Amino acid sequence: MDMEFSAEQQNFRDSVRDFFENTYPSDIRDKVRRGVSLSKDDMVRSQKALASRGWAAPNWPVEYGGTGWSPTEKYIFENEMARADVPPVVPFGMSMVAPIIYSFGSKEQKERYLPDILNSNVWWCQGFSEPGAGSDLASLRTKAVRDGDSYIVNGTKTWTTLGQYAEWIFCLVRTDPTVKPQEGISFLLIDMKTKGITVSPIQTIDGGFEVNEVNFDDVRVPVENLVGEEGKGWTYAKKLLTHERTGIAGVARSKHQIGKLKKIASSIPNGGGATMMEDDDFRRRLSEVEIELMALEFTDLRALAAVQTGGAPGPESSILKIKGTEIQQAITELFVEASGYYALPYTPERFDDGSNVEPVGPDFAAFAAPRYFNVRKTSIYGGSNEIQKNIIAKAVLGL
Amino acid sequence: MDFAFTEEQELLRDSVQRFVRENYPFDKRNKLAETEAGFSSENWAMFAELGWLALPFSEVDGGLDGTVIDTMIMMEEFGKGLTLEPYFPTVVLGGGAMRRAASPAQREAVLPGVIEGTTHLALAYAEEQGRYNLADVATTARADGDGFVLNGRKSVVLNGTAADWLIVSARTAGKQGDAEGVSLFLIDSSTKGIDRRGYRTQDGGRAAEVTLEDVRVSGDALMGEAGAGLAVLEAVIDEAIVAIAAEAVGAMTALNAATVEYSKTRVQFGTPIGKFQALQHRMVEMFMETEQTKSLLYRAAMSMDSGRPDAARCVSALKVQTGKAGRFVGQQAVQIHGGMGMTYELNVGHYFKRLTMINSLFGNIDYHMRRFAALDGTTEAA
Repeated sequence: MDMEFSAEQQNFRDSVRDFFENTYPSDIRDKVRRGVSLSKDDMVRSQKALASRGWAAPNWPVEYGGTGWSPTEKYIFENEMARADVPPVVPFGMSMVAPIIYSFGSKEQKERYLPDILNSNVWWCQGFSEPGAGSDLASLRTKAVRDGDSYIVNGTKTWTTLGQYAEWIFCLVRTDPTVKPQEGISFLLIDMKTKGITVSPIQTIDGGFEVNEVNFDDVRVPVENLVGEEGKGWTYAKKLLTHERTGIAGVARSKHQIGKLKKIASSIPNGGGATMMEDDDFRRRLSEVEIELMALEFTDLRALAAVQTGGAPGPESSILKIKGTEIQQAITELFVEASGYYALPYTPERFDDGSNVEPVGPDFAAFAAPRYFNVRKTSIYGGSNEIQKNIIAKAVLGL
Repeated sequence: MDFAFTEEQELLRDSVQRFVRENYPFDKRNKLAETEAGFSSENWAMFAELGWLALPFSEVDGGLDGTVIDTMIMMEEFGKGLTLEPYFPTVVLGGGAMRRAASPAQREAVLPGVIEGTTHLALAYAEEQGRYNLADVATTARADGDGFVLNGRKSVVLNGTAADWLIVSARTAGKQGDAEGVSLFLIDSSTKGIDRRGYRTQDGGRAAEVTLEDVRVSGDALMGEAGAGLAVLEAVIDEAIVAIAAEAVGAMTALNAATVEYSKTRVQFGTPIGKFQALQHRMVEMFMETEQTKSLLYRAAMSMDSGRPDAARCVSALKVQTGKAGRFVGQQAVQIHGGMGMTYELNVGHYFKRLTMINSLFGNIDYHMRRFAALDGTTEAA
């Protein structure tokens, strides 16, 4: 056991750092640092910059464009990314549909879709949840009925993140209503331009527009867009949930946020002649989160190391999701606490790049409450934290 | 970066596991805890034979040059068995101080006996008024000719009764609370003026209140430099915290396994209680807290072994997490076992008691929360 980086790993870190500081578009980093929203173009440019170095998809197998990095190198990369305020890669194409395609798709599908995902030429979104199927995803009702060389899809998908930008959607659909719910589900790729698809925005509590409802009204999808076998969609989606969990804990980004929070708290008065950083109660809450995070960082590394030595990522990775999101939420909560009265002013224009609206109160405070409200989603999405506990109870504890 | 144990370390783990399996059925353990000594001298001889008592000492001193991680492995397995032999006070605490501060003559006088299993040590550092503050030392060591005269009281000295040698912190200069001026002395426990009032501890161990009244020692009883003992104590205690946190991880692992097992067999309302979601989620939380503690344990042990500047901060983080997790896992294990969890006969309550006492040693959650904050800035961006 040893936690030091080798000389080679240090060189790797330096080359990643150098790339982010000198080659990667600095205007995007600047926006992330200021907390303003990124446009679709920003996100695409960011990912194309990574792709230009061959770094867009560290978790893919090398033959499809992965980096072949060791867990330690992935860890270094994520830390450097967060440190440089480089936004995370939008996961729907790169870490959700691509692993399904390269694991279960046909040769034609791999050739057709993977290069465009790797190079961020096509934007994907996810069609899993439905108004009536959230945690109980297997009860989904969007149906795909075979008609010659096509499926006719009817139904509604919801909570479709950034669906407003998407060119393609990957969906779980019911192809056989007569068998057990899990066995009648198939995995379908659908072009968003197809006739019969309507995307409607859903505004979230922070005031933002991230998620959408997607309606399918007699949408004709070529049979060749089925991934793998009919009726196996549930199995594929479940595999996806236990694999590719690298970074789900968000450790590197939470570390970076704690660093920012400490800086801010060192300049905010606590009303007792000291700063918030010197305030015993605030400091204790901050330490509690930091300690949880230091632990999670090693839980994450242990999980990565287990995968590297041939072990399965295992349902233990559910810990990463639960603890990771609890920590993210706790940090946003502390930003609100640090803001004091200035958590209150609602100035959504501040999220627009180039807004010349004068800040009310400290610069960071406008973003504190909306971030906090927004990040409540993390313990709900991707299988709610309660569902994650069910998974651990069953798969790890054998209950 | 590497998270794998070496083959030697796996062998060490196997051998401690075998010892626990063969020698620590729980009823036998409880009987042993009730004997006067509170541990088995046959087991202690076995520890010596297996080389465990030599583990952390340097080869020059007849040891095996073991690392913090090696000790961690042993202690984790001891924790699973709730073993009673005073490995921790003699080898980790006393031995830790000897390794860092003893002169060659002192090593020669003491360590061969420790390694052979004939000599016991105790570290007498705590005082009632000082709580967890290692610098709050009221015990004095006044220079007298070429020696010293010690006066004072030391609290809850683990293994204090069995110890052949006491390592005592006393002030040779400065005032109570000063970082400078604390010195360590290696003293034969039968020296005139030493009074030891021994007692049992909540977790089946043994400790003593040690009073020093005009205890006269020669100059060569001083360990290391006069007045520079605090840094030694801090290093010894940081290493000791890693060791008892490992013990706590072992205890929590055993408790979780016992609780899950019990919930599968205990039937109420016609169903094994482990089928109830309220209890399932509780047990998942117990599992998560244990894993998080193990992660900080590895982090702290590795940081100490490679001498990283943030090692002390990692140790405080570990102690906080161990305190919280130990309390949660211990309380909930008793809760889920219901009335059975309350019985003296079942091991569950005894793990809970040990975990509770571990929080009270070397600084509790509150103390290490403050130390963690005070040491901010030492954590490197890995």
